[in-house]
Amino acid sequence: MIAALVLSWPMLQLTEFTPWVIFEPSSLKYTTRFLAGFFPPKTDSEFLAMLLRETWRTVAIATSGIALAFVLAVPLALISVRVLSISGLTGRMNALPAVVRFTARAVMIVLRSIPELIWALVFVRVVGLGPTAGVLAIALTYGGMLGKVYAEILESGDNHSTKALLQNGAGRLQSFFYGLLPQNAAELTSYTVYRWECAIRSSAVLGFVGAGGIGQQMEVSMKMFNGSEVSAMLIVFMALVWLADYVSAWLRRALA
Amino acid sequence: MSTPSRTAANESFRLPPPLFDARCKACWFVFGLLCLTVASFWSLDLQFAKIFSVESAQRMAKFCAELLHPNFDAAFLRKLMIAAFETLAMSGLGTLIAAFIGLLLALPASKAYAGDPARWRGVTRLLLNALRSLPELVWASLLLIAAGLGPFAGTLALAFHTSGVLGRLFAEAIENAPQGAAFALRARGVGEGRIFLYATLPQVLPQLMSYTLYRWENNIRAAAVLGVVGAGGLGQMLAFHLGLFQMGETSSVLIAMIILVAIVDVASYVSRRLMQR
Repeated sequence: MIAALVLSWPMLQLTEFTPWVIFEPSSLKYTTRFLAGFFPPKTDSEFLAMLLRETWRTVAIATSGIALAFVLAVPLALISVRVLSISGLTGRMNALPAVVRFTARAVMIVLRSIPELIWALVFVRVVGLGPTAGVLAIALTYGGMLGKVYAEILESGDNHSTKALLQNGAGRLQSFFYGLLPQNAAELTSYTVYRWECAIRSSAVLGFVGAGGIGQQMEVSMKMFNGSEVSAMLIVFMALVWLADYVSAWLRRALA
Repeated sequence: MSTPSRTAANESFRLPPPLFDARCKACWFVFGLLCLTVASFWSLDLQFAKIFSVESAQRMAKFCAELLHPNFDAAFLRKLMIAAFETLAMSGLGTLIAAFIGLLLALPASKAYAGDPARWRGVTRLLLNALRSLPELVWASLLLIAAGLGPFAGTLALAFHTSGVLGRLFAEAIENAPQGAAFALRARGVGEGRIFLYATLPQVLPQLMSYTLYRWENNIRAAAVLGVVGAGGLGQMLAFHLGLFQMGETSSVLIAMIILVAIVDVASYVSRRLMQR
């Protein structure tokens, strides 16, 4: 026990772990005032209409982002899938296709290794505040993720039929549509739906850096210490996350 | 043709299914998806014209050019190192606290055996769901008010969100644990606390450890960006320098973040390989 304390001491120092700060009278005053505002949540009709609009925008940012990510991911995945290599049928891929596949993979790694929040910060700088930055951030990060996972799903299954098609002279796209896609369509769809759910969660967060949606409104209300607005938004936010969770689970079960 | 064949010699080919069928689930799915996507794009007034305009291309080019000159002087690098360690410490401590709270909440949230009344199960699960459904960043900006700017708020935020996630995973692990040893002890009238310590916990401990390590890996990534709202670590430096348009410093912070995430990725990949062997 003491050894554990000694070991975690530098960690506690670095994180300025000072729980007593919370209970200092000066900070306690603000906290209690803020929390006291939580009840009752604000429910006048004008505010609720705004909340509804912003919630829809959060969903819309996620959906548009995923749609663009899909457009980005499909070609990248098709380029990088090793099963669709014609020169690879002999057992060893030629140099040029190998390099092209490696490049596609590297592009996807770069896209998804930068968190969407950082992309959003950068795009807010370039295109200004508003949903465009959020859509682009989700499109880039999720494009990389979807592309990588699509390629993995396509490679993981049984690919005899694809190989046979390629060996008998079918083109790459033909063998994709008749061999690879029908085998893996359900898994691909269900993964995309799952990512859509994740995108809704992250588009709500992206608002905090100014990319539109419910997060942006929540940030504004928090800056103004408006407890009743914040609590209403938190309730709507949780409901949105649960709803997305539920819809995506239901869709995936229906597709399976 | 001595025996009458059951199927016709010339099997009648079935027509392909019609393209649209009111009972076709996939058609409705695709239709709903298309509607949702079109409505999203239509309602968002995305300024794609503005993005692909010359002016924005120039701004993007300028931005990228400025990013190409990272600041590498020794004093700044030392500050960067401290921030990186702060990020690591935040994630480590946050995960540790979360594992502790998660285990405490997992006990009432699990139905340990068939006759267990588990009175608190519903309430605790609701609490775990609430903790889990708010992302770290939202927790951080809520906690900033109580805990002030700095890594402490970030640590607490990570701890809150992660304890929701871990609590649920732990509860499921406890419910799915083999019942034999616990049943034997219970039949001899041993108390529930000691049954957990001597029968259930040793069986599920490896699983709990692997869940915790996995969340730690996630939390390092989360801690790196958490600072953007002012909760310490590399993210706070990024927001600070980006806000002041100090692009050299911003660029080095970005590089440090990418290196940190890459190290975590490689470490988790290698350790998984080693453990599988």
